Order: sequence, then structure tokens, then C-alpha cells
Amino acid sequence: MDLTLLRRLNQARRDRQAVIRVSDLATGADRLVFETDLSAEDPLAPELTAAFRSGKSGMIETADGSKHFLTVHVPPPRIIVIGAAHISQALAPMARIAGFDVTIIDPRTAFATEERFEGTPILPEWPEDVIPSKLTLDAYAALVAVTHDPKIDDWPIAAALNAGCFYVGALGSRKTHAKRVERLQANGISEARIGRIAAPIGLKIGAQSPAEIAVSILAQIIEALRLRPAYLAVSPETTGAAQ
Amino acid sequence: MSDGTDLSDKDVLGLAESWRAGGRGVAIATVVETWGSAPRPVGSHLAIDDTGHFEGSVSGGCVEGAVVSEAIDVIADGKPRLIEFGVADETAWRVGLSCGGRISVYVERLN
Repeated sequence: MDLTLLRRLNQARRDRQAVIRVSDLATGADRLVFETDLSAEDPLAPELTAAFRSGKSGMIETADGSKHFLTVHVPPPRIIVIGAAHISQALAPMARIAGFDVTIIDPRTAFATEERFEGTPILPEWPEDVIPSKLTLDAYAALVAVTHDPKIDDWPIAAALNAGCFYVGALGSRKTHAKRVERLQANGISEARIGRIAAPIGLKIGAQSPAEIAVSILAQIIEALRLRPAYLAVSPETTGAAQ
Repeated sequence: MSDGTDLSDKDVLGLAESWRAGGRGVAIATVVETWGSAPRPVGSHLAIDDTGHFEGSVSGGCVEGAVVSEAIDVIADGKPRLIEFGVADETAWRVGLSCGGRISVYVERLN
């Protein structure tokens, strides 16, 4: 490996970009493949796609019998929850057990207290005041909006769609969501992007209590992470096509 | 989560970069295959400099010594090597590792 390649690799990791180093162990030749640049033309496209999804490094053997090692670097997935609600109190510890970094944002300081969310970082501020200065939305982030209040939820939902977050979920009935869609459209968010919102939120498991709803949301987030397209396009007109 | 970036791994590659940038000879060892109950997962790194300093882990202590001495040769001649280790049951027992694992470690020079 040469130092230039290692510098690019380390920079990508600091920037929370998913990248694989492909090494031919026989010759020592290597290259970096960024998830955002992965082309169907790449001779190892299926293997690389699988590796980006699983996040696991490993040896692969190509048709000509040569062995390549894939060192897979994917950023730790995070969940940003808008709203310090009952659902969030159940979701935060469950999501942490499943291995996600969780952060709660809620400007309503009566809700956003540390006692209610032991062990989970809380930002008692408006989402637009902490994103992106304190938290970045990217392809390895999920956004869950549960305040029911458009003044709080709408901005981060739009920001998450524009940033290509792997999951964007919003609490609310079909009626509530229909109104939300109208507001997002009025703000110039494309149909394709709006279509990515999971609403009503959560997998259909008949969840009733806040904790059960949290289970359904977490399951839906895991589904979105593990079954996502290899490249979830972030550019304006391709987001829908990538689904 | 199993695919979460290993923080120690991040440090190792960052350290390797700064060692090399500072003019030291550096090799990077990577666990490329494991069989049985190997102590460190595939993709784990060890960075070694030309004076034998190392950071990271490929086995949790069992074979690091052998990897470091190979790495010093790799830094000298620039030829990558693939080394296979069987974790001897007795040794594994003594250092508290799971028994009977085997690992394959690729050692290359950072140029």
C-alpha cells in the first residue's frame, strides 16, 4: 500500500464515507472503491455490493482464480431521533443494544432531559441549530421524527431526504402525513424523495404501546440498512431511481 | 453492530499514516482469513515500524511477536508476505484465548 492511498482511505473514514480497499494478495496491487462510485461495470461489482451491505472484510476469489482481499470500511450507523417522546425513550436503549449510535434532538426542554434518557446523548435544541454543526446527516444515518409538530419535524425530514439518509421515518396518521407531503412539496422537495419517507412509521406488526412502536421502527431501520441499494444516490434527480 | 468501524482499527491506520509521514519505515499486517475460533476478526490490523514498535492486534497477543519480526523483513525488502499461524492449543490456553484457531496474516510495506 502506498501512503497516498492510505491518506485517502483515512480521510474517507473521517468523512463517514463507505470505502473498500481491494488488494490482490499475489501482486500487492490495490485500489480503493467508494460506495458512491461503485459501477456495475466493475469486475467485482456483485462482491463489492455484498461487502458494502454486510460491512465485513473478507477474501474473494475471482473467475480467473486470483485471490483478492476486501478491507471494508463502513461508518458506524447512527439514528437521529427528533422528539424526546415515549417512543424515543424505548427506541434509544433498544437501538443502542443493536449497535447504533443514537442521538435525540428536541427543542422542548421539558421533554429533553437527561433523566428521561439515561445514557443517550440529548440535544435540547432546534434541529436546524445542531444539523450539520453538531451532527451530520449522511447515507449511514437514519432520521426518525416523532414530535408530531411540523415546526420541529419538517425541517430535519427535508434535510434527511436531501442528504440521502438510508432511512427517514415520520410518525403520524395517513391524514397527518398527507398534509406533511403537501408542505414538503411546497418547499420544493421532489416526489421521489418524499416517497422515501416511511409513513406511517414502522413495520406493520400491530404495534400499540410506545415500546412496541419502537420495536417496529427499529426493525424497519435495520431492514432499510441491510437491504438498501448498494448506492443510494444523493444527487437530486437520481434518488428515486436508486430505490 | 458487527459492521461498525472498529475504533482500534481506525487508530491503527491513522497511526501508520502518521508514522510513515514522519519518515519511519512502516508495515501493515492484516488478518485476511480465519478458521475455527480465531481471537481477532478478519480485517484486523497491526501497524509495525522499523524499530519494532507496533500498535493494534491480529491475534490478541498470541502471534504478534512473530508478525513483528516478519514485518521488519518486509520493511527491509518491500516484499509482501502471507503468513499462516495455527494457534497452538497449549499457548492459547495459557494466554486465555479460545483454542484451536488458525489465522492467515498478510504483511505489506507502506510505501
